[in-house]
Amino acid sequence: MNERSQQAPVEPTPTVAAAAAAAAFAPAAPSAAAAPTTAGGTTPARGTRLDPWLGNYADRTHGMKASEIRALFAVANRPEVVSLAGGMPFLAGLPLDNIADLTQRLLTERGAVALQYGSGQGEEALREQILEVMSLEGIQAHSDDVVVTTGSQQALDLVTRIFIDPGDVVVAEAPSYVGALGVFRAYQADVVHVDMDDAGLIPEALEETLTRLSAEGRRVKLLYTVPNFHNPAGVTLSLERRPRIVEIAKRHGVLVLEDNPYGLLGFDGDPLPALHSYDPEAVVYLGSFSKTFAPGYRVGWAVAPHAVRERLVLASESAILCPSMMSQLSVSTYLSTCDWRGQVKSFREVYRERRDAMLAALAEHMPAATWTVPAGGFYTWVTLPAGLDAQAMLPRAVTGLVAYVPGTAFYADGQGQDHMRLSFCYPTPERIQEGVRRLATVVNDEYELVRMFGTGAATQVVRGTQAPSPNQA
Amino acid sequence: MDAAAPDAAGAPLELLILAGGLSHERDVSLRSGRRVAEALRALGMSVSVRDVDAGLLSYLESARPDVVWPILHGATGEDGSIRDLLELVGVPYVGTDSAGSRIAWSKPVSKTLMARAGAYTPEFASLPQSLFREVGAQAVLDIVLERLALPLVVKPAKGGSALGVSVVTDAKELPRAMVTCFSYGENALLERVIVGTELAVSVVDVGEGPVALPAVEISTDGAYDYDARYNPGRTEYFAPARLTPQAERAAADLAVLAHRTLGLSHLSRTDMIVDADDVPWFLEVNVAPGMTETSLLPQAAQAGAQPLGDLYRSIVAAARLTQRD
Repeated sequence: MNERSQQAPVEPTPTVAAAAAAAAFAPAAPSAAAAPTTAGGTTPARGTRLDPWLGNYADRTHGMKASEIRALFAVANRPEVVSLAGGMPFLAGLPLDNIADLTQRLLTERGAVALQYGSGQGEEALREQILEVMSLEGIQAHSDDVVVTTGSQQALDLVTRIFIDPGDVVVAEAPSYVGALGVFRAYQADVVHVDMDDAGLIPEALEETLTRLSAEGRRVKLLYTVPNFHNPAGVTLSLERRPRIVEIAKRHGVLVLEDNPYGLLGFDGDPLPALHSYDPEAVVYLGSFSKTFAPGYRVGWAVAPHAVRERLVLASESAILCPSMMSQLSVSTYLSTCDWRGQVKSFREVYRERRDAMLAALAEHMPAATWTVPAGGFYTWVTLPAGLDAQAMLPRAVTGLVAYVPGTAFYADGQGQDHMRLSFCYPTPERIQEGVRRLATVVNDEYELVRMFGTGAATQVVRGTQAPSPNQA
Repeated sequence: MDAAAPDAAGAPLELLILAGGLSHERDVSLRSGRRVAEALRALGMSVSVRDVDAGLLSYLESARPDVVWPILHGATGEDGSIRDLLELVGVPYVGTDSAGSRIAWSKPVSKTLMARAGAYTPEFASLPQSLFREVGAQAVLDIVLERLALPLVVKPAKGGSALGVSVVTDAKELPRAMVTCFSYGENALLERVIVGTELAVSVVDVGEGPVALPAVEISTDGAYDYDARYNPGRTEYFAPARLTPQAERAAADLAVLAHRTLGLSHLSRTDMIVDADDVPWFLEVNVAPGMTETSLLPQAAQAGAQPLGDLYRSIVAAARLTQRD
């Protein structure tokens, strides 16, 4: 591209250039005004790529970088913007006074323990309480099978770490949780998506995919699935399909990685039985207090068959030594002294109201789009009218003071342009209504543009992360 | 003069950096603001960093900073409006006034003025979305392809950080490039590609007239897009640029010409291409150039011998004494 750069370098005289540059903005150099140019004739031997360690990074960090899309989310926390992008839970309903009291008591009475190292596997008492939480979803386990982690995100990382060699296949829903895709990418897994419908992952599609991959000689290690109130798809795996999914995976020798952060946040009826409840030897279950209590404690867990659990504990010790004792004891005290079931119930009611507001607003303002109807959780998954590209449209949305996450963030293979994830967890019903109204204007304007130029959605090479950071609304 | 020194009343100088704002480039602005603040705090200056929001005016009223440095990229930060507001408030500020900002912010306007001043600038058309609607998109694209010819750069007429920019080498890609561009703004600039060395030449004026810093040459694997700008790796920078003496002089002269012609103050950064005949072509000028770890003005300054903080301090000191019309 640059003919000049290929010419033989002129004799380098860097010191002249440096001196001239120094003089150029020194106020004491009056000659600068008369001769507003730098010294000539310098040719440094090498340029800089601004990172001396560039050649040293591991291959697996490829893709860990800033992106135009992620930068656009910087406006999400501004009050002018209605963000339907983030996944921050609604915490205003928590009894903060009670929590402050229990925290103070914890430090006064057991401070020396709370601020000390703990065991790599996590506090015994908390693991017992986790069993009680999980019993609501039919899980029967022993506290020895539980590993406490720094959010279930760390459990996701640990499971991937102990199972995935570069090039191994992880089968995941289409679309899939963006944070899991990031972990799989970091361990150089090859993600193969399997279709879902309104009843969740389609068993026949899973069977077909696993059979095909096996015929191709691929090593499939994990089936990653979010069975309840899927992020981002908003759908739930039907009761009828649950044992079938577990059976198919087991028959193909694929471990099920069941990620269930939203399971207790269903809007209608009791929680469905966890996949783990059908076959504890075939499933690693991930749970979290981030949505049922508060994400700031960063307490999640994994339940795994005993041999897997042994490795998880050692992997966790090598990563973090132990999960935070302060966090674990805080959560444990909260569970034993506060009405956590009542709190989860009140969260459910808040989120149901917001879900209803979102669905009503979509019906009113965006009749040309379609969307899933979540029976719990935080998200609905919108399919845009044909030809629209949610990623290309995001700058227009930011100008219009509304944000969402483009569908491409939730695929490992560039699909998803015609989708977007809308979250209803954080904004109030009134803000959701206003946000969807703004979004409809954005969609209409973009639709007009796309029709005018006759373009459609196309698979794009996407560089870098396309989802907001955890603290963006 | 020393900006960190006490003023006549004996109080230390208070600088307020404005960073953030409600624009597509908010993220870059926040990072730029933090970098400048760090550099100046290391020299002992009292620096606050603040967003532009509903509390700004009352804050200015009560905190009464000696100087404001708007490091706001995009929209109100560069289109002159924040500077108009600072002039209304009556607080000294770093950088170009509102009139100059309005001119620099619009690429078609600044290119026109630079062409009139005798500079080379790539042939271009400035076309709003509404015109495509009125005249018919395909008809407009056809004439663009026929008269301007490929390859073309399509970019928002206003805005930075290469957001919404496409290089079109195949006519089939042009409609998508238009859609991408119009997602960022109502006006598109379609510009012929000049093949050559991509340069950014920063200009600083600390009261002694505008002076060009060493040119920074940008050599990118692919387009110098957002990814290439903010993720170290794909772009190799040469500061000073690998230019012949006459090209180096011409590039510096062009940047100073832009600074003077468009009525810019204190600091600016002119982006240009130097062609095979050593002729620099004006592309655009920035009144709020990026100040991040990977930005071009800091690299240009570091190509000299004076530490960045010293440069920033000189700029603040000059701004404090600048009389606006």
